[in-house]
Amino acid sequence: MSDTILVSIIMTLVAASTPILLAALGELVVEKSGVLNLGVEGMMLTGAVAGFAVSLTTGSLALGLVAAVLAGIATAMVFAVLTLSLTANQVATGLALTIFGIGASSLIGAGFVGRTITRLGPIFPAALSEHPGLRAIFGHDIVVYLSLALVAGVSWFLRSTRPGLILRAVGENDASAHAIGYPVIAIRYGAIAFGGALAGLGGAYFSLALTPMWADRLTAGRGWIALALVVFAAWKPGRLLLGAYLFGAVMTFELQAKAAGISWLAPEVLAMAPYLATIAVLTMMSLGRKTGRLDAPACLGKPFSAS
Amino acid sequence: MTSIITRRRFNFGAAAAAATTPLLGHSASAQAPVGIGFIYVGPVGDHGWTWTHDQGRKALEAHFGSKIKTSFLENVAEGPDAARAIRQLAQAGNQIIFTTSFGFMNPTIQVAKQFPKLKFEHATGYQRTENVATYNARFYEGRAVIGTIAGHMSKSGQAGYIASFPIPEVVMGINAFTLAARKVNPNFKTKVIWASTWYDPAKEADAAKALIDQGADMITQHTDSAAALQAAEQRGVFAFGQASDMSSFAPKAHLSAIVDDWSGYYIKRVQEVIDDKWKSGDVWGGIKDGFVKLAPYNAAVTPAARAAADAVKDGIVSGKLHPFTGELKDQKGVVRVKAGETAPDEVLAKMDWYIDGVQA
Amino acid sequence: MLEWRRRREPSKAMLYLSPLIAIALTMLTGTIVFTAMGYDGLTAVYDFFLLPLLEPQRWPDLGVKAAPLVMIALGLAIGFRANVWNIGAEGQYVMGAIAGTGVALATYDMTGWWILPAMALAGVLGGMAWAAIPALLRTKLQVSEILTSLMLTYVAIQALYYLVRGPWKDPDGFNFPQTRMFTPDQTLPAMTEGSLVHLGIPLALVIAVIAWLVMEKTTAGFAVKVVGLAPAAARHGGFSAERTTWLTLLTGGGLAGLAGLFEAAGPFGQLTPQFPVGYGFTAIIVAFLGRLHPLGIVFGGIVLAATYVGGEVAQTTVKLPQAATGMFQALLLFFLLATNVLITYRIGLKARPA
Repeated sequence: MSDTILVSIIMTLVAASTPILLAALGELVVEKSGVLNLGVEGMMLTGAVAGFAVSLTTGSLALGLVAAVLAGIATAMVFAVLTLSLTANQVATGLALTIFGIGASSLIGAGFVGRTITRLGPIFPAALSEHPGLRAIFGHDIVVYLSLALVAGVSWFLRSTRPGLILRAVGENDASAHAIGYPVIAIRYGAIAFGGALAGLGGAYFSLALTPMWADRLTAGRGWIALALVVFAAWKPGRLLLGAYLFGAVMTFELQAKAAGISWLAPEVLAMAPYLATIAVLTMMSLGRKTGRLDAPACLGKPFSAS
Repeated sequence: MTSIITRRRFNFGAAAAAATTPLLGHSASAQAPVGIGFIYVGPVGDHGWTWTHDQGRKALEAHFGSKIKTSFLENVAEGPDAARAIRQLAQAGNQIIFTTSFGFMNPTIQVAKQFPKLKFEHATGYQRTENVATYNARFYEGRAVIGTIAGHMSKSGQAGYIASFPIPEVVMGINAFTLAARKVNPNFKTKVIWASTWYDPAKEADAAKALIDQGADMITQHTDSAAALQAAEQRGVFAFGQASDMSSFAPKAHLSAIVDDWSGYYIKRVQEVIDDKWKSGDVWGGIKDGFVKLAPYNAAVTPAARAAADAVKDGIVSGKLHPFTGELKDQKGVVRVKAGETAPDEVLAKMDWYIDGVQA
Repeated sequence: MLEWRRRREPSKAMLYLSPLIAIALTMLTGTIVFTAMGYDGLTAVYDFFLLPLLEPQRWPDLGVKAAPLVMIALGLAIGFRANVWNIGAEGQYVMGAIAGTGVALATYDMTGWWILPAMALAGVLGGMAWAAIPALLRTKLQVSEILTSLMLTYVAIQALYYLVRGPWKDPDGFNFPQTRMFTPDQTLPAMTEGSLVHLGIPLALVIAVIAWLVMEKTTAGFAVKVVGLAPAAARHGGFSAERTTWLTLLTGGGLAGLAGLFEAAGPFGQLTPQFPVGYGFTAIIVAFLGRLHPLGIVFGGIVLAATYVGGEVAQTTVKLPQAATGMFQALLLFFLLATNVLITYRIGLKARPA
């Protein structure tokens, strides 16, 4: 394997991992606050279409990214109002949100099919971004670096800040958090909005960077992989980064192997691997724990009402 | 609003007429617009397979004007949902219904049985009845043309082919492409990646990148999105569009495209319904019949490649050239088509073997 | 200022009224939105909602669509009542179909009345086996069944892809990824000659009645509800949470598996990669539309089926794009989920502005 191929593999791998990483990181924060939003795919799609539509109309990728974030938040707010303010079931609402996202994005995107834009490019000057040796580090677009910064930021926020601690407390025991006087509902609104923002951004990475176009269901199910990844990572941002890149690596190497004429696994076996791995991780985590509890937020998926 | 309600009522009336009182069917259709229904497997906005069929539907409207009335159902799942959708169009007063995906075969046959007076046309299937005809396009003829261009234009002598599933139509395309390219460059190789999906843009793009990494400098595909072309454009290699002219996605990379054009067939068959001359049958149309077209060549296509491609195209149209002319051996060395013979349609329709030069 | 006030006890009237309020709100919003989009909003909503219910020729379609949804939702609802969150019914549905199809392919050259019951049994067992994994992990290792059952869904679907593309591919099927068509002895009989209405439809209704009887009249049903509402009290009362978990997951899995087999042996008549259409997920929504009550679920299943059928009517009559019908469906679900709040809360005037 020559060096240029290796660099190229790294570039593909990073690009393939980034949208999943973003969506999963958002969902991680949502789940840490005790809420399970299964509508990730729907939020990614509204983000993808909004990002593309705005970029194409205004000619500005930056505005596109902002629009994607806002679209993701707006979609997430539907979920938040239903589950938090109206105490609707989270699982059913999340599924309905995905149906909504698929329909809404297709409707908005109908006028943009068949168009294309200049994709997001590397942010560093060509001397770095096209340097054969340094390209693997400096050749990426802004969203890639942003996603890495966000992983660090979320990790720090959850571990070392007071608001992060409160967010986790809300996810662990909403009744106690409420009794102490923390605004459980408001905190969860915030977490869900953050999840929507990152899912929207992840979706826009498809329409602005990976495949600069709009076509129905552009994200092709990556939202569900993001959901699996959160569990796989045991709700830890660092492991999430590892998991997302591992996923991207496996998919990229698989395609490389096929292109080189090697195929040692049925494609279906590979496609089920992330999910099997997630179950295995869950099982091992519970086998290995001593204290009798998982890292899963204790209130995950359960409704909360103050009165 | 009233007009739509009236129209709907009329349609249900027409459905009843078509289903129960066949004697009235023809004389009524002489004045009232002929209802034509379409069932699509994808969204009309896919810019691929379904989009091309919808272009055919629009061509019908342009050609016949107020003499016909078309309607369609998109994103119909292949299975019982399709049976219901087809029945919905049948009951809504359509006289001919085009079902445009292989997976609609059993549902089409099933519903057609319940509506013996209506005509059904199923694309790409192999089951026919009195009122179910089948039609398909000889995409492999287009593949032979772009294979010729690839043979001329490729510096590495390697093409990357992103394929969906190893069904005969796809296998045929891979072989036709490779055969044509090897006529130009006997050492030409086609590397195939099975995407195991018809549609996953990000995966199609990544597959294209992997193929380029492994030395391919020509990308072609039998999946639905334009993502692979975008990847080729980004990497500075050449590519071919699929189903429609995709040059807007990759102005530099897009050398040509196989363009599906169903409009001629649709107009012909609908005219036959209007004239009461429709008969079931099987049509497999190629370049000559206008089913398959080639998008304009990119300026980058060299004069030699251009001339060779045109020669192949003309040869196919005149009948002098058949892309599958023997001797053809599969990769185990078994002779599949004898020297000097051309592969009959039955052999093509069941093709599950690859010629030398294909890495699948 | 308005505020939500918790009712002293859940409102019976709202239990029945809230779905109707939701439907009315959906129709109103739909009319406004579709009109704003430039379509004939009133006709669109009429075609969408009322036509499928008012046109007798559409009823068999409703039944075909509603039966698997109802069957799966019945099993899920029992679990939800006990706080067991099986959201992987789609996987159990697929596994049931796979197991039943295995029997069908093994008995391909045989005849006999026993074949279909054997397939049905395999379907139930296949679904149960797939649900047993989350049950085992939850009871032995306290792993959340929400996550494991969801993950297993994708594993089941990939297993299906593998089988129909590989070992189970129809040898006469031109390499298309699909199994053989089932023989008449392997196919669910139609209720009347040539009708769409297969045996699974009346059976879904029978199961709904049985589920209702079990939940309302038996100790087992009582145990499920107690475990769900008051786990501590259940322990004191001698009801085992572990047993309830097993029982509800196996019931849910078994019913999903049976629904899968019925779909394969009925409307499909074979297995294809297009077999999973999300019934297992939609059934979760149906369960909540029916407020987890067996008879409510029958209603929920019919309403949801009507939106599919009506969506197609609206596509042909008003030329509404399919995406708009998807949006409309989501809208209905949102309103139905939102009005749930009316059962336990009422709107009151806040004494003092906040």
